[in-house]
Amino acid sequence: MNFWLELLIKVGLVLAVMLPTALVIIFAELKISAHMQSRIGPYFAGGRFGWAQPLADGLKFMQKEDLVPADADARVYKLAPYVVLMGTLALFVVLPFGPDAVARDLDLGIFYLLAVSSLSTLGVLMAGWSSANKYSLIGGLRAAAQLIAYELPLVLAVIGVAIMAGSLSLNDIVTAQSNWQWFDTLPTWVNIIPPYMILQAVGLVIFLTASLAELSRIPFDMPIAESELTMGYLTEYSGLRFTMFFLGEYAGLVAMAAVAATLFLGGYWLPGVSADVLNFIGPIVLLTKIMLIAFVFIWMRWTFPRLREDQLQSIAWKWLIPAGLANIVVTGFFKVVF
Amino acid sequence: MTQLDPRVAMHLSDAAVSVELETPDMTLNIGPQHPSTHGVLRLVAKVDGERITSLDPVIGYMHRGYEKLAEVRTYAQITALVNRIDWVSGFSNEVPFVAAIEQLLGVEVPERAQYIRLILTEMARISSHLVFMSSYPLELGASTPLMHALREREHVLELLESVTGGRFHPNFNRVGGVKPVAGGGSTMKKQSQDLPAGFFAATREAMDNVLAICDDLDRLVTGNELIQARTVGVGVIPPEKALEYGMSGPNLRASGVKYDLRKVENILPYDGIDFDIPIGENGDCFDRYVVRNEEIRQACRIVQQAIDKIPSGPLQAKVPRILKVPKGETYVRAENPKGEMGYHVISEGGRIPYRVKIRSASFSNLSILPWILEGELVPDLVAILGSLDFVLGDVDR
Repeated sequence: MNFWLELLIKVGLVLAVMLPTALVIIFAELKISAHMQSRIGPYFAGGRFGWAQPLADGLKFMQKEDLVPADADARVYKLAPYVVLMGTLALFVVLPFGPDAVARDLDLGIFYLLAVSSLSTLGVLMAGWSSANKYSLIGGLRAAAQLIAYELPLVLAVIGVAIMAGSLSLNDIVTAQSNWQWFDTLPTWVNIIPPYMILQAVGLVIFLTASLAELSRIPFDMPIAESELTMGYLTEYSGLRFTMFFLGEYAGLVAMAAVAATLFLGGYWLPGVSADVLNFIGPIVLLTKIMLIAFVFIWMRWTFPRLREDQLQSIAWKWLIPAGLANIVVTGFFKVVF
Repeated sequence: MTQLDPRVAMHLSDAAVSVELETPDMTLNIGPQHPSTHGVLRLVAKVDGERITSLDPVIGYMHRGYEKLAEVRTYAQITALVNRIDWVSGFSNEVPFVAAIEQLLGVEVPERAQYIRLILTEMARISSHLVFMSSYPLELGASTPLMHALREREHVLELLESVTGGRFHPNFNRVGGVKPVAGGGSTMKKQSQDLPAGFFAATREAMDNVLAICDDLDRLVTGNELIQARTVGVGVIPPEKALEYGMSGPNLRASGVKYDLRKVENILPYDGIDFDIPIGENGDCFDRYVVRNEEIRQACRIVQQAIDKIPSGPLQAKVPRILKVPKGETYVRAENPKGEMGYHVISEGGRIPYRVKIRSASFSNLSILPWILEGELVPDLVAILGSLDFVLGDVDR
């Protein structure tokens, strides 16, 4: 097949899967938060359940004027939302939705993931700097500080999984999880439990915490911090560019949830299903797992308040990084012994 | 010896090694339009990174000149104005004002009217504190308590409305009692308006619900580790500083000063009612939160007792149709949800006051801002500002 045609199809597929998923999660957040707060949530747009609310929001944003502040560094300001969105969408390139349903199965899949996931922070920093707004600037700098603190636990959490699976390729990691055998003495039904969820529980907790910080969601949403910095780096954005950020935020949520699902919950793998079938139902399995993790993120957001920047740093450096290092040591030890 | 250029001298000397790169402080203008300034408070902060080096509060954006307006209005008209000073607890603003006029006139208010005032004042306190309970976690980033606390507040406001006809601005007090019945015809006008049927039962139920929401908030907010991380030890006001700056109300009590005007000098019959004054230990944001949470419970207790005790009888003392207040002056104060609210009324005789000085709680409570916020972080600024629970209408008047 023509290389460019193949590329186009793959890009189209990634967009066709990810953007609707992001919209579904936006809708889920609207509805779930409403139920947590004894509200109704959206119920008008699109019929009974208000399912079209995210689409209606997007359409509304598109009609708004695209404002660029007079003092802003216009070129950087305009580029920033695309950098953010690109950074998150690029994550989906290596995510396997089935044994063969993957855009590009890189040998260094995890490495690529971790490298690309920090790109979007660059966009945030660009937005904060170029807006010519002091709140935006503080927000952007907070995001940068957060990235430095949380990239490390994220990497450390993933190393445990890489040691267990013996590979950096995401597809191999999923295969390793499906091949895992618990002890014979245990009943056979335990084999349906994703093994790394139990064995790498420490890693999973660290990964989820760090990805919350990476996504700057409550309790780590200091870069936005509505009550302090109005909207942080988003303050000056409007119209389509704001939509880009908004979509990027939720696409990032889907991406991080997908990575966590692949690394710790077995990804597209479903116990007792052959590889051929997995190519078809794999995406559904993965999306289900993504939704589960996204629910945890949403749950956290509507329960907790925001931490302070220095508290975030102390959590990262005093708890997550030592715990991550200990996890690597223990994992490595057992890998060598058994 | 030739004079060296000072810059060169600096470069040559050892001191040059230890010269630090100085960065100028950034001026951060917070407000008047800002999500956490509760209206139109403006704070001009000098920040070094995120640390505030100095802070300059600018008030006056909400100044409506009520003290001046009061000088050209009859006494009966002024109650409608004072409603709007602290609009979160409109009812409790009226009571000390009419009490001041009653003092000048020498009118004895019937006991039933006193008790109705007491019940509604405490309900206004509950609604005001529930606003704090909902908005304070929101400022820290937790938006869920807002909905739950405001839901219960709505029931309390409905009860207030059923009696007074107004949710926010009841304008229910009259000199000598409470408002005459509305639209009741000439025979009804002779009597004063009593509480609506079923009010006591509905109030008891509402109080139970409020107590339940207090427990819910305890589970959701008070025990929340992240809330505690944000508030414990933040914005500590020692008792002597609180007294120096003239703070009052829950903010003062959170610093450990057991001072409540309801126990000291009251214009309402609090004597026969058994209630505690909750006080804090450290005077930090968390204590200010906990004290208010406990005050809601105490207010519920007061309302429940007052319902049991309320006597029957007239609701309005005999006062002339056209009020002419004799020459004299008085200062009457009361414990409002935000703190001490006082009216200094000077009458030269006649239908309008010569001067009304309003002592509002939020204004004095806010005066501590430059002292307490110096050296704090910007996120703590929001936490401290919210914990002081001020209303801009109460600051600027």
